[in-house]
Amino acid sequence: MDLHSRVPSGPIELKWDKHRFEMKLVNPANKRKYTVLVVGSGLAGAAAAATLSELGYNVKCFCVQDSPRRAHSIAAQGGINAAKNYRNDGDSIFRLFYDTVKGGDFRAREANVYRLAQISVNIIDQCVAQGVPFAREYGGLLANRSFGGAQVSRTFYARGQTGQQLLLGAYQQLEKEIARGGVAMFPRTEMLDLIVVDGRARGIVVRDMVTGRIETHIGDAVVLGTGGYANVFYLSTNAKGSNATAIWRAHKRGALFGNPCYTQIHPTCIPQAGEYQSKLTLMSESLRNDGRVWVPTRAGDARPPDQIPEEDRDYYLERRYPSFGNLAPRDIASRAAKTVCDEARGVGPGGLGVYLDFADAIGRVGADAIRERYGNLFEMYERITDENPYRVPMRIYPAVHYTMGGLWVDYNLMSSIPGLHVIGEANFSDHGANRLGASALMQGLADGYFIVPATVSDYLASTKLEKIDATHPECRLVQEETAVSTRRLLGIKGTRTVDSFHRELGRIMWDKCGMARDARGLQEALARIPELREEFWRNVNVPGSDTELNQALEKAGRVADFLELGELICRDALHREESCGGHFREEYQTEEGEALRNDELFAYVAAWEYTGRDAEPRLHREPLDFEYVHLAQRSYK
Amino acid sequence: MNRLQVLWQSTVGKKAVMAVTGLVLVAYLISHVLANLLVFDGPERVNRYAALLHGTGGALWSARLVLLVAVILHVVAAVQLTLRSRAARPSSYVAGREPQASTLASRTIRWGGALILVFLVYHILHFTTGGAHPEFIELNPYHNVATGFRNPLVAGFYAIAMIAVGLHLYHGVWSSGRSLGVSRPSPRPLHRRLALALAAFVWLGFTAIVVAGYLGVFGRAG
Amino acid sequence: MNLILHIWRQASPSVPGAMVRYEARDISPDMSFLEMLDVLNERLMERGDAPIAFDHDCREGICGSCSLMIDGLAHGPHRGTATCQLHMRSFRDGAEIRIEPWRARAFPVVKDLVVDRGALDRIIAAGGFISAPTGGAQDANTILVPKPDVDTAMDAAQCIGCGACVAACPNGSASLFTASKLTHLGLLPQGQPERYARALTMVRRMDLESFGHCTLHGECQEACPKEISIDTITRMNRDFLRAGLTAGRAAVAESD
Repeated sequence: MDLHSRVPSGPIELKWDKHRFEMKLVNPANKRKYTVLVVGSGLAGAAAAATLSELGYNVKCFCVQDSPRRAHSIAAQGGINAAKNYRNDGDSIFRLFYDTVKGGDFRAREANVYRLAQISVNIIDQCVAQGVPFAREYGGLLANRSFGGAQVSRTFYARGQTGQQLLLGAYQQLEKEIARGGVAMFPRTEMLDLIVVDGRARGIVVRDMVTGRIETHIGDAVVLGTGGYANVFYLSTNAKGSNATAIWRAHKRGALFGNPCYTQIHPTCIPQAGEYQSKLTLMSESLRNDGRVWVPTRAGDARPPDQIPEEDRDYYLERRYPSFGNLAPRDIASRAAKTVCDEARGVGPGGLGVYLDFADAIGRVGADAIRERYGNLFEMYERITDENPYRVPMRIYPAVHYTMGGLWVDYNLMSSIPGLHVIGEANFSDHGANRLGASALMQGLADGYFIVPATVSDYLASTKLEKIDATHPECRLVQEETAVSTRRLLGIKGTRTVDSFHRELGRIMWDKCGMARDARGLQEALARIPELREEFWRNVNVPGSDTELNQALEKAGRVADFLELGELICRDALHREESCGGHFREEYQTEEGEALRNDELFAYVAAWEYTGRDAEPRLHREPLDFEYVHLAQRSYK
Repeated sequence: MNRLQVLWQSTVGKKAVMAVTGLVLVAYLISHVLANLLVFDGPERVNRYAALLHGTGGALWSARLVLLVAVILHVVAAVQLTLRSRAARPSSYVAGREPQASTLASRTIRWGGALILVFLVYHILHFTTGGAHPEFIELNPYHNVATGFRNPLVAGFYAIAMIAVGLHLYHGVWSSGRSLGVSRPSPRPLHRRLALALAAFVWLGFTAIVVAGYLGVFGRAG
Repeated sequence: MNLILHIWRQASPSVPGAMVRYEARDISPDMSFLEMLDVLNERLMERGDAPIAFDHDCREGICGSCSLMIDGLAHGPHRGTATCQLHMRSFRDGAEIRIEPWRARAFPVVKDLVVDRGALDRIIAAGGFISAPTGGAQDANTILVPKPDVDTAMDAAQCIGCGACVAACPNGSASLFTASKLTHLGLLPQGQPERYARALTMVRRMDLESFGHCTLHGECQEACPKEISIDTITRMNRDFLRAGLTAGRAAVAESD
């Protein structure tokens, strides 16, 4: 298999314009003859479905939630970047491009990132036209803030609910098209397999989650916008329903999986309180502007924080990174927290937490000023933990938050299966090894509103597709296989619940393939995960039947996929013998503990090919060239 | 479909009809209570006022027609909306629903309304046509009031009905501004206090007459 | 802590349901309400019983999936809180807790505590949008929006579409849901061209979905996890009445 990134030639700032002109168009009268299947209704999926319908295509849109408005994009808090330069502070498309490539630790494709920065400008215009209530200045102009350590203020926001407002904007456009008849919406419907006919994606097999009916939908192109796979770690900030089933099953039908080991860990989450914990809650990183991070100096010090005197406290970020202190970048802060907890100096239940102390800040500026800045966050923290952070230091711990990896796509966002397009967090494309704050929303909407509608048109216009229906032998085969594997899960009737397997997998992934990884741990995980998978298929207990709403069955299918994906993530992490962005290998660090990239050997995208059950996946490499942003070591000195 | 049909067929339109008719009836009630309070001033003025009203002939009947139409529209809309709200929740909560914000007035508005309707029929028979008043004298409201409340059952019924009227007004006056979309957004709305003052005034005014009548404050003069 | 739970069980829309009694032992007060149900479900499955179906997803109060009537209160006893943000420390040890699904004709029960809230999507589809197809939008800063307007619009736009307003309303009305979208879009300059037509079509759809009417009890505002004010309903009424009384024939015709 050859990996063609299909990046157009020419200067980077002209590539997308040139490409848009060169792409073929579908005659307006013919568009309604084409059916496009869009799976997922988050920012990317809803935007793509609405826009494709506006163009005149027949669209079918599928989501697992009871309404397309509930996709997990809704939970994004901070904001969305755009190179508008409304602040006149030196921002530009090139600067956003530059920051994103560098922030991604030089593991993203330059041309994609440049296009993203270009389109960021249109996204804001589009969203404002739709009525997204972005924050405003008193003069009525849009407000901006600087976010995630950026030197310019390019982040647009709607209070702490930017993701919600952007998603509702896309959802409303989607509902408009549903009412017009352009989109048929299938809520509570889960994609379970991809149908590939003559090497092209031609349909999907879905399960109606209410009736249990397994159905086939045929289309001329398939678009997956099904989000990331952070839930492979069991505990993450993702929604409980977020899963990798759609992309994983497409992977097993031939789509390459790009950079699976790039996972992002957010340093300021509320720590796990007990074994029963179902998910983790993220708190804005801005807390580190005023909070001081510390743990007891002595291992096993169980005194309450107010009884630990200054001399027995270790402000480890300030000690290890004197110039950045508590504002050290996400990955550094996260790893440092893990290190002190590994030394048995962690605080709170299970010793998995560090203090984020506001006592000094309150002493300096007063409790009212702190309330002004972080009131809502303190309230949220208190609601969850029942501790008052004005009096007791907060406890925080890192948590998995976003996955930069995903299905490999070319410049057209098409996977290695022709006709299968992948957008948003589900693809691997724009963030390299690390995503910058306020960039996820930007990428989802760029893909959904502006890129995939154009490239799907090009694909349809330049492809001759044979007419098929659900009786095609390939469709029947895939549908039958899906029904069989569903029944198989129900037939095991073992003794362990699905969640207990998921929790165990999560623990392996977190311990061996979390914030810091090493070859030995990864090898242990690679030995342990197949055993767990084997036990799952022998001993899982999935009650109920396949002809009703069966949440245990839904979960079982997803966990079965995580048990395979987890192995691939570890394999990818093991093969990448360098540290970059969200992937930190203990063996590859500078003396100061910084990530040590190896551009000579690893400046490529690792795209994995599925070769069969229990067979080793095959690695393909897409080399990355950096023409415009020169390779450099990140530094926080 | 014409505009009036659009309004009448929608829940929001029907509520607006209830608000407008309700406000018409409230306006009438205010004049009614003010006029009736004249009984405390002795027979002369209140009887003169009654004669004056009857002297207008057509105007009185026009006013009565307006009130009748208002009552009919108010009641028909209320009944239809109530049936609709019953249908909107065919199976109720097994554990009940804990009220959080609703007031006694808002929760009793339907049964209170029904009680007021029954009262209204009796009240017309009692004081307007006289069929239900043993000592009724045409065009002598002072006498009719003075004698009408001596019976404790009658006075009791009136007193209860006036409580219903007061509660009905408290919620109705407040909510009508919102149903018509004219109240200004506010966490402590002025019209809530206005509704309270109005409801209290109407209730106190009428109740004072009932109590006074029962206690025999009004002589049999006139 | 130990709890006695009475939970609505209903196998499918067509069969009658009933409250079933469960004992939940050794529950940590730090658990969220949904985690408590997770634990109960794990134990039910270990015993070979069918777990209780309930909707949930983000578990941080923003997706609007969770939907439980807890002791007669939508989303439980706290103000401005979705069920997923409720913690067991809000209950006393030994408490009996009754858990039911949202009840409304427009929200048929799918299974146990899961209901179908598609009616809310259909209200949005009836006009809860600004017709702004992708492409061709003018520069964002050419539309000026006064800050107080955008702040009020944002207060309303926070609606998470959970349906608690309907569940808590004695009349089963979706007025707060509909009104919050009308307020959000109706306050912004971009929303003006379709403002009155939108009020007509959304209210019409709300009525067609067999929701009840608003009698301004204010229960919805108390139940709303985002504390959206019934002031939005006043705005809805104003826009609807204005549309019905003064908007052109075209707007009325369009709503047919």
